[in-house]
Amino acid sequence: MSAAIDENAVAAGTAELGNTLIDVQGLKMHFPITEGIVMNKVVAQVKAVDGVSFRIQKGETLGLVGESGCGKTTTGRCILQLENPTDGQILYDGVDLNTLNSKQMVPFRQKIQVIFQDPFSSLNPRMKIGEILAEPMKVHKIITDKRARDERVLDLLKVCGLSPRFADRYPHEMSGGQRQRVGIARALAMDPEFIVCDEAVSALDVSIQAQVINLLEDLRDEFGLTYLFISHDLSVVRHICHRVAVMYLGNMVELADCDELFDNPIHPYTKALLEAVPIPDPSVESGRAHKIIKGEIPSPINPPSGCVFHPRCDVAADGCPKVVPEFREVKPGHWVACTEV
Amino acid sequence: MAKLLEIEDLHTQFFTSAGTVRAVDGITYNVDEGETVAIVGESGCGKSVGAMSILRLIPWPPGKVVKGSIKFQDKDLLKLSDAEMRKIRGNDIAMIFQEPMTSLNPVLSIGLQLTETLQHHLGMTEKECHARAVELLGMVGISEPDRRLEQYPHHLSGGMRQRVMIAMALACEPKLIIADEPTTALDVTIQAQILELMKELTRKMGVAMIIITHNLGVVARYADRVNVMYAGKIVETGTAEEVYLRPKHPYTLALLKSVPRIDHPRGQKLDPVDGQPPDLARLDDGCPFRPRCRFATDKCETSNPTLEDVGNNHQTACWNNDNLDKEQRAAS
Repeated sequence: MSAAIDENAVAAGTAELGNTLIDVQGLKMHFPITEGIVMNKVVAQVKAVDGVSFRIQKGETLGLVGESGCGKTTTGRCILQLENPTDGQILYDGVDLNTLNSKQMVPFRQKIQVIFQDPFSSLNPRMKIGEILAEPMKVHKIITDKRARDERVLDLLKVCGLSPRFADRYPHEMSGGQRQRVGIARALAMDPEFIVCDEAVSALDVSIQAQVINLLEDLRDEFGLTYLFISHDLSVVRHICHRVAVMYLGNMVELADCDELFDNPIHPYTKALLEAVPIPDPSVESGRAHKIIKGEIPSPINPPSGCVFHPRCDVAADGCPKVVPEFREVKPGHWVACTEV
Repeated sequence: MAKLLEIEDLHTQFFTSAGTVRAVDGITYNVDEGETVAIVGESGCGKSVGAMSILRLIPWPPGKVVKGSIKFQDKDLLKLSDAEMRKIRGNDIAMIFQEPMTSLNPVLSIGLQLTETLQHHLGMTEKECHARAVELLGMVGISEPDRRLEQYPHHLSGGMRQRVMIAMALACEPKLIIADEPTTALDVTIQAQILELMKELTRKMGVAMIIITHNLGVVARYADRVNVMYAGKIVETGTAEEVYLRPKHPYTLALLKSVPRIDHPRGQKLDPVDGQPPDLARLDDGCPFRPRCRFATDKCETSNPTLEDVGNNHQTACWNNDNLDKEQRAAS
């Protein structure tokens, strides 16, 4: 795998080279659509992720934002090796995860953890919370002594702001916010370096969401964690992330430092996205233009030619349907895929 | 402006094996003609049940409106017969539900679902219905309406389905639309499209709207008035500006401090309320917010405050809003 990686992509995010933890280059994930039972032939490809490159430094939180179907979750699943990417490299501390067999992958499974969106379906309803937290430590032989393991479970509950009595309870006895804390505790049980937070706070109510956001931030500082924070909620992303990448239809359209991206967005899609987010302050809202992006997201099976955003773009020029825009650095650390800016 | 809807001391309860759940526990509010009123609160605070009670859609058993009155154009909806109520639903009061996926019938074409209310309430002929349906779909921005009428819900995207729901709600030119989390299931750019559309159409047709949401940003952008609900009660009510800029209830204040804002630079710590909302089956006589409240005093333990005027058409239900006021002024 080399030809598919273009020069620019490799250079993306080079500013802080040296302690790169995750290095994703030219990642592609195409899902085949098949027809027929006997002949089973591939009739089309869903291009969920179509050439995405980024780096995450140690201790950094990278936000991955975009609307449904833009490929942000698939990107996360590829890093977790829950999907087998079609093309591209995923380097974790310099090791290409795609080339490892399942046995070689084991130590990385411990270092890379995930927190899922839905706290209702991601916990086994037949296991007590204590068992849910202890099982990964048992499987990975992190703590082999049962008593020490139980102690660690209580520690984890405490760290995540839960009372020790929850160890003997089942998931259905807990609220959504408490379950999400269990999901976080389970990820922490492995002493991970890197956590993929896939819409980790999206299913929670406002006041509970704020509690969990604060918890994630505290844990990041305390244990020096690195996050890939996947979310569609731009306000949360602005709050928690150091750098932010915007995806649209399997492509990365913009990548910059958090405040830079939100204060000076360059790509027309990013601008439209930010404009669409309502701000909880009527005095600010009354002064905003409320310009609305037209149309809907096209199908990733048959994406538009050239720049995938051109049918909805208000600055699209004649060339846009023909040329795939290169992902270029327009300011130090600010990357954009658009020819018209 | 003339009052369109007057809700007084409404109590809706669910009688379950775990006890009586007081989902709506005495709410009082009005909706004027052409006005947009938002009801905000977190899951389980009774905002949806309150709205369903207006249309008498609470399933019995286990739920029942046990007390109160709901006056719509001076008729008490709770006293109407089922037949009279059916004439109001979808005709004078329409509803838009959260899940466009489950609230449309998957085995009926869009055209059939759209024209059903027209035939039922207005007695239109098939030809008139078709013409009106085409007009409605055009109004909500759906292209090729003729072709769309033949299609089924699964042919449409989430945003399109919600547009169809709006067209259905507008079909009989209602006086009031109740929208229960109309955009929660949608992406943000589609959410903006749908909300703009709803605002434009309701303003143009002079329709009043009750919008139920947990998104404080949506309220700030679209609502004239806000009711904040907590544990089955309205704890604060006022114009959007008053409530957001000068909150008088500790819960409202806490909510506003809990939301991360897209226009605030990163690195600011959120200040959430600790704890969780109470179990609605085990409410006592005190203020339901007191276990989470910084301002709570002994009085809050024993008696539940009612809405009191604090000026500027702004009401709050808190014994200690003077203390809150002092702190707010000191902070600014």
